[in-house]
Amino acid sequence: MADVSHRPQNPLVIDKVSELKEGELPPEGRYGDNILVTSVDKFLNWARLSSLWPMTFGLACCAIEMMATGASRYDLDRFGAGVFRPSPRQSDLMIVAGTVTIKMASRIKRLYAQMPAPKYVISMGSCATCGGPYWKHGYHVLKGVDQIVPVDVYVPGCPPRPESLMEGILKLQEKIKQEQTLQRKLAAIGRSEVTVPDFAQDHRSSGHDPHVPEGNKPS
Amino acid sequence: MPTEIYACMRERFADHVLEFDESTLNASIKLAPEVVAEVGRYLKDDADLQFNYLMCLSGVDYGAGKPLGVVYHLQSMTLMHQIVLKVELPRESPSVPSVALIWRTADWHEREVYDLFGIRFEGHPDLRRIFLPDDWEGHPLRKDYVVQEFYHDIRVPFPDLDPDRGTYVFGSPGGEKKS
Repeated sequence: MADVSHRPQNPLVIDKVSELKEGELPPEGRYGDNILVTSVDKFLNWARLSSLWPMTFGLACCAIEMMATGASRYDLDRFGAGVFRPSPRQSDLMIVAGTVTIKMASRIKRLYAQMPAPKYVISMGSCATCGGPYWKHGYHVLKGVDQIVPVDVYVPGCPPRPESLMEGILKLQEKIKQEQTLQRKLAAIGRSEVTVPDFAQDHRSSGHDPHVPEGNKPS
Repeated sequence: MPTEIYACMRERFADHVLEFDESTLNASIKLAPEVVAEVGRYLKDDADLQFNYLMCLSGVDYGAGKPLGVVYHLQSMTLMHQIVLKVELPRESPSVPSVALIWRTADWHEREVYDLFGIRFEGHPDLRRIFLPDDWEGHPLRKDYVVQEFYHDIRVPFPDLDPDRGTYVFGSPGGEKKS
């Protein structure tokens, strides 16, 4: 273990908070920028918006622009959203990039369901937003992906340029900034809207473990 | 040459070869639908013809009151000559022998024509829809096609503007339904 007793003392640095006189504040910059004081909601929102993990989800030509956005020239990583995941279970942002056919609709619904919450959806381009050029005669195209999944941000264009998609992601980050997860949750508990089921109680009284499906129980 | 090919076919299949048209870019021969598979086999196996490549197989709707059709574009990669075969089919029960076992590429082509025109290919090894969902109603490239209102719970056509609300109402089959 290093012996620190002989370390030369810097007279400008007070080593212990207890050495401060009463009412005296630590000098500016004493703790570097290591300590920030903020609310939990702001902290959660900051963590979420700074590290969006989009799902690889290219349906049509919009996907080419989405790839360009993620590549070096436009560098989506600057906004913390550049790691495209091949699995919905590892992603929290679905960029619906392209024409959604009606046959694809049920798959999109399922993929969205497989994403862990909190999850967000960007409808990229005209097709995903309203059917695009297929709105009138496209018997096979879903007229707006918002018919099957909730959309947070619509990005117009056909296809949108990478700048537009980045603008959409910035807009989404602004939206996430407004979230009040904890406040909402606490308020709901205060109003008794949220009940926490007592599984342990169930288990003790009935011998029934709700986490073990019927037929899987040890006999 | 197309005329020689026509002569060969005419000699062999006589009256089943209906028409020869050289006026267009690709010379075409109209056939009776029932001999398509036999003609195909002959064109592929005959030493003087050797049509070993089916370039394209298309479905056609000639319009209201007129028949449906199938068009075959054939090429011989060895002798480098081409010919187009055409058949016309009744709109009510369009059916034609499959050539999927002669040229394997016709497998998916015929499925596509079946999917979008409803033309049945007799003897096809696996005649299912290829693009649309299996429970889709109708065949969209036919000119008398009427699009279905709902597919499961999804509204298919884009709704008209609702003048009362000044907005587009999508709705669902169970709930409110505006057309």
